[in-house]
Amino acid sequence: MDADKLNKEYEFTIKIKRYDPQVDKAPYWKDYKVKITASTTLLDTLFKIMEEQDPSISLRYNCRSAVCGSCAMLINGKHGLACKTKPAELGTSVIKVEPLPYLPVIKDLVVNMDPFFEKLRAIKPYMITDEANWPEKEFRQSPANHRAVDQYAGCILCGACYSSCITVWTDKNYLGPAALTQAYRFVIDERDIATKERLKLVDSEDGVYRCHTSFNCVEACPKGIKPTDAIQGLKRKIAVQKIKSLLRIG
Amino acid sequence: MIHKHQVLIIGGGIAGMGAAIEAKEAGLDVIVVSLTHPVRSHSTCAQGGINAALGNHPEGKDDSWEKHAYDTVKGSDFLADQDAVELMCKEAIPRVYEIEHWGASFSRYEDGRIAQRPFGGAAFPRTAYIADKTGHQIMHVMYQRSVKLGIPIVYDRLVFKLARNEDRVTGAIALNLITGELEAYQADVVMIATGGYGRVYANTTNSINNTGLGMVLAYRAGVPLQDMEFVQFHPTTLVGTNILMTEGARGEGGYLRNRLGERFMKRYAPEKMELAPRDIVARAIWTEVLEGRGFPGNYVHLDLTHLGKEKIMERLPQIRELALDFLGIDMIYDPIPVQPGQHYSMGGIAANKKTETPLSGLYAAGECSCVSVHGANRLGGNSLLETAVFGKIGGKEMVKFIQEKGPHNDEESVRKALEEAKQEVEELLNKDGDEDLFELMRELRETMKEYVFVFRDEKGLKTALDKIENIKKRYKNIKIKTKTRHYNLELERAISLGAMIEIAEAITYGALYRKEFRGAHYRTDYPKRDDKNFLHHTLLYRQGWDKLPKIGKKPVVITKWQPVERKY
Ligand SMILES: Cc1cc2nc3c(=O)[nH]c(=O)nc-3n(C[C@H](O)[C@H](O)[C@H](O)COP(=O)(O)OP(=O)(O)OC[C@H]3O[C@@H](n4cnc5c(N)ncnc54)[C@H](O)[C@@H]3O)c2cc1C
Ligand code: SF4
Ligand code: FES
Repeated sequence: MDADKLNKEYEFTIKIKRYDPQVDKAPYWKDYKVKITASTTLLDTLFKIMEEQDPSISLRYNCRSAVCGSCAMLINGKHGLACKTKPAELGTSVIKVEPLPYLPVIKDLVVNMDPFFEKLRAIKPYMITDEANWPEKEFRQSPANHRAVDQYAGCILCGACYSSCITVWTDKNYLGPAALTQAYRFVIDERDIATKERLKLVDSEDGVYRCHTSFNCVEACPKGIKPTDAIQGLKRKIAVQKIKSLLRIG
Repeated sequence: MIHKHQVLIIGGGIAGMGAAIEAKEAGLDVIVVSLTHPVRSHSTCAQGGINAALGNHPEGKDDSWEKHAYDTVKGSDFLADQDAVELMCKEAIPRVYEIEHWGASFSRYEDGRIAQRPFGGAAFPRTAYIADKTGHQIMHVMYQRSVKLGIPIVYDRLVFKLARNEDRVTGAIALNLITGELEAYQADVVMIATGGYGRVYANTTNSINNTGLGMVLAYRAGVPLQDMEFVQFHPTTLVGTNILMTEGARGEGGYLRNRLGERFMKRYAPEKMELAPRDIVARAIWTEVLEGRGFPGNYVHLDLTHLGKEKIMERLPQIRELALDFLGIDMIYDPIPVQPGQHYSMGGIAANKKTETPLSGLYAAGECSCVSVHGANRLGGNSLLETAVFGKIGGKEMVKFIQEKGPHNDEESVRKALEEAKQEVEELLNKDGDEDLFELMRELRETMKEYVFVFRDEKGLKTALDKIENIKKRYKNIKIKTKTRHYNLELERAISLGAMIEIAEAITYGALYRKEFRGAHYRTDYPKRDDKNFLHHTLLYRQGWDKLPKIGKKPVVITKWQPVERKY
């Protein structure tokens, strides 16, 4: 590693959308000039601004390694995690940073995630099993099933997909991509016994049929999860379930 | 208004949620008050796995909880309390199954049983895992279970003061970041489950909110801190950011190499090699660096290139992505530059194996506590286990406490704490001195990195203590620029820095006191373990902001295993 190259600093203008609903009439942009290296993350850039120029900026953070889901925001118009994004890789020296759209702003980059978590709670986001008859050891789960579940269990509940979804914006009851993805995570888990109930929950106007597969969520997800695949999967399972009940076999 | 509940849990990590679940299932009125939403807790970062002698691995058939316990005791350099260790290792097995029953989708063998991988300092492969995302999934499962049970959780709350009377703890005071107002919580029992203090070091694997404030809550309320000198430095953290590269990488067969390409662990732990316990591997790496066999920039290589793409993608996908994101290096093809970094707090709030602290009604579980199951050095995979086991035990014990002692009606003590807290915050907000808050924090963290790291000596520790005392004085003279209350992170940092200073002081003071080498605490001026003088826990009693703590001793509980020399 070439130390000089690594430590070389470049100047960026970070435009932050500021808004304190208790004080400000409307959101406004504030510009900060800051020098950072090619490997500095946006999160560290924001910290640098707070430490050196303006400590009044508000945002959420914790892990700084893309796993806690705190720091999702809009970066140059695109959804992303501040801790996974490097300004130097965005191809412009002016970077606009905004809170997640659609969710109510608490202050600056901090939004109220309650609507997001409410919808998650609505799909019963927990494994349902026959608790009185748990096996003495583990439930057996095939490696293939584990892998299938793992694709969706890796969700960090950052809310990026939710906030990018046009249907979420227009239909306030729509469950949204993250909640539906988690519903699918439990539907496909071979240890879960509530498939029918789960499919019923999402087989509604506010459930899977609201999804217009515009793929915003897939593009927004910082963990490479494809909520549209999960939603399509749910639709297929619902169809199969309906045929089964017609034939009275399930 | 005072919020009243039977059980108050401070912190929504795996330990806190485990306790909340247990108390809720017993029918109590529980609330979790946390700085972050549970899934944003540091627990979510845990990568490599959780230990339990399930005996699922083909080479693990003869494993047992007793062997797990012995490995843990030996790993602790005989400082862990053996009764607590036995309890943890026995409970590990049903606890891992329970978390699986709640929904954790562990990595599996072909026959559908939970897979296990080798980890440092363990005689058998006994670490159950979910690729390298074990903590993430267990944390989410705990949250999911709490949704099922309908446990109320409030977050964006910084708890920064306990309320107590002569006899017992009575509640706690939180800063609601959203409104900027203070909130008072009255409860019959209180558990602190706020995690570690890693951020006291400039080079740490820990999340940004790991300041140690939770430990200081208890310390300021008169509860001693225990074994603070024992700080774990993880051998393999990414150079620069100190982001963790899990021990699982070596568990899966990764090598450590110095600048000459040598697998240098042969000099330090010829049998266990890369899978020696963390203290030994961290010292080995740092010795290589100090003796000039590291790379310029103070690192060695973690080489996984012989594992092949398939294994890396299946077992270590997250750390591959992290190394790609943060250094642009793909571990499938190139070795990763790593160095030791602060990782874990063996010490913490003094608690027993029921998670009780000396203050009646106050419990502590998880990384913020010192039960002590890790003694002078924790084994990888034993911390998630500790949080999972002792969170649950704590929940049970709190239920018992309420049954036996009943409620308290001392609202007065909570009001008093609230009034004091209000004044403290007012004072901070009015600070208009000439010291820069962030500069002080930087100095503190650099001091710990420089002088209270892998190798320690009296001169360095005294220098550190002087610097900390100097920072302490200057802290009184800081300036807070943000005067509005609403999500005021500058205020949050200022409160946390006050705690970080006390933690740094406790670690350094403990390290000065302990004139021996044990586990993670290596004194170059006393390079031998000294069972005659130091086979005991260190207790630190706070004497006030301006004074150094008073030192006390607590005997180590030895049940089966007399201390012997520790070789790997
Ligand atoms: C990168 C990394 C990887 C790891 N990997 C492993 C592993 O593979 N296996 C293993 O066994 N261990 C591992 N560990 C250690 C393990 O993750 C932690 O020790 C454990 O998760 C701690 O859990 P906890 O519940 O005690 O605390 P945390 O998970 O840290 O939770 C603390 C909670 O308290 C809240 N809180 C903090 N302060 C306050 C306050 N003042 N007021 C209110 N709330 C507060 C936080 O918001 C959070 O919800 C790892 C650690 C790191 C750093
Ligand atoms: S699916 Fe992706 S974008 Fe949506 S909440 Fe989960 S991690 Fe975030
Ligand atoms: S800080 Fe955790 S996801 Fe960015």
